[in-house]
Amino acid sequence: MAGRGVITLPKDRADLVERLKEVQRRNGHVPEGAIAELAESLAIPVHEVYGVASFYSFLSTKPLGRNVIRVCRSLPCYLKSAEMIMEAVEKELGIGLGETTPDGRFTLELTNCIGLCDHAPAMLINQDPHVDLTPEKIKKILRAYK
Amino acid sequence: MPQQRIVLKNCDVIDPERIESSLENSGFQALAKARGEMTPEQITDEIKASGLRGRGGAGFPCGIKWEGARTAPGDEKYVICNADEGEVGTFKDRYILEKDPYTLIEGILIAGRAIGAKQGYIYLRAEYHFLLQHLQNAVDQAKTKGFLDGFNLEIREGAGAYICGEESALMDSIEGKRGESRYRPPFPTTSGLWGKPTIINNVETLMNIPQIILNGADWFNQMGTERSKGTKVFSVSGDVDKPGVYEMVLGSPLRELVEELAMAKGIKLVQIGGATGRLLPVDKLDTPLAFEAVLGAGAVTVYNESRDVIDIVHRTMEFLAEESCGKCTPCRQGTEVMAEVLGRFHRGEGSLKELQNLEDLSSAMMLSSLCGLGQAAPNPVMDSLQHFRAEYESRVAK
Repeated sequence: MAGRGVITLPKDRADLVERLKEVQRRNGHVPEGAIAELAESLAIPVHEVYGVASFYSFLSTKPLGRNVIRVCRSLPCYLKSAEMIMEAVEKELGIGLGETTPDGRFTLELTNCIGLCDHAPAMLINQDPHVDLTPEKIKKILRAYK
Repeated sequence: MPQQRIVLKNCDVIDPERIESSLENSGFQALAKARGEMTPEQITDEIKASGLRGRGGAGFPCGIKWEGARTAPGDEKYVICNADEGEVGTFKDRYILEKDPYTLIEGILIAGRAIGAKQGYIYLRAEYHFLLQHLQNAVDQAKTKGFLDGFNLEIREGAGAYICGEESALMDSIEGKRGESRYRPPFPTTSGLWGKPTIINNVETLMNIPQIILNGADWFNQMGTERSKGTKVFSVSGDVDKPGVYEMVLGSPLRELVEELAMAKGIKLVQIGGATGRLLPVDKLDTPLAFEAVLGAGAVTVYNESRDVIDIVHRTMEFLAEESCGKCTPCRQGTEVMAEVLGRFHRGEGSLKELQNLEDLSSAMMLSSLCGLGQAAPNPVMDSLQHFRAEYESRVAK
């Protein structure tokens, strides 16, 4: 039962996920103001835009650091001591899981399986895969992200 | 049965950056045959006769799916390639996309001809963003060669959600919504993307198509078992010396895959099909890898004797609880409750009564969940209770 205002061209509505990603690329996260603007420009309710923004793990409604580290915690990586990788990153950056460094350079998160299990333990920094990790490699890898 | 490369025929053979390299290795010959010599009905019949079943885990007969969409009324139809492999321990599609995107594109184009679609999508998981440019390059080259004339192929990227590998949630995601499972019927073949007839096939399923068209259904269905034809590509990880991607004829014993190819030693159990898959103890290693026995999407995670079964099942359930889309109650609540109970056993605080609760909850979830996630979520719990009950009993609070 679609009332006035929720009828939109389907293809426009389909851009929502892409538009949210674009907002995130520009701002580092999806701020409240952007959610309201998107709702208006696509003529859909605010809660629907928020619902989508909060559903996907690669979208964030909270501010993130310039670089987002996602260490895989799924079983194939866990078997290869992924916890040592998490600890090494925490120690190197002085932050815990879910936290951002005070200079805004890094946010540390965990992720579910990222499909790099043949090279476990693995992590993504932004979109870049890093594989066959050891605690010793962490410092050098992080240095490349400003 | 040894390894046999049908799906992976051109992987590590061609230069994936150059379409000419694919063309020199029989690339796009099946498309020429499908377009030049076969009617859509003949293509669909050939796929039906081949016995090819979906490689994403559910094993639905591919030809029947195609026929449903081909005969569904409507001028606007869609082909979707599901490249959202999120099942824990699965990475075969990543390997395929890296090594041979051309055979995949060819499979999509043949599917388009079979059902009468002019638009296709490859739904690529966000975690594989590093493959996007590589895949787009392959699509662009196929376009330059004229293979995409009359067909538009778009890559859509996910945004991080396990559930979007489920076909109805995937369609919602392409439509720009939260990726939540849909009630069925109607099925996608009659009412899929934007309510139009749609087929959704896994990467590996589509990789089989050109070979079947070129060599015929009879060639294909001689391989495998009665109800599982052809080969399967497996992703093997965990406690093995040689993790990686292996393609074997269906019906091959699990033992050959994990012990001879992946070089596992001192196995305690194997998880097949990822988080919603099955757990097999070491004395069941002669089980055949087939739809009739165990298969899923072919994720094979090996655990050695040092591993704790309760820890494995608990972590698996935590994953499922987090990734449940939340739309239906049995899955949303059931996975949460199971994770909580398993957590208590993991800490040595379980109670025998709760084992019965786990079993009751399992049956309720299997019966009443909306999609495969909730229906199959109890698998690791039920399997571990069957094969490793003593480990649960040893974790009861004293």
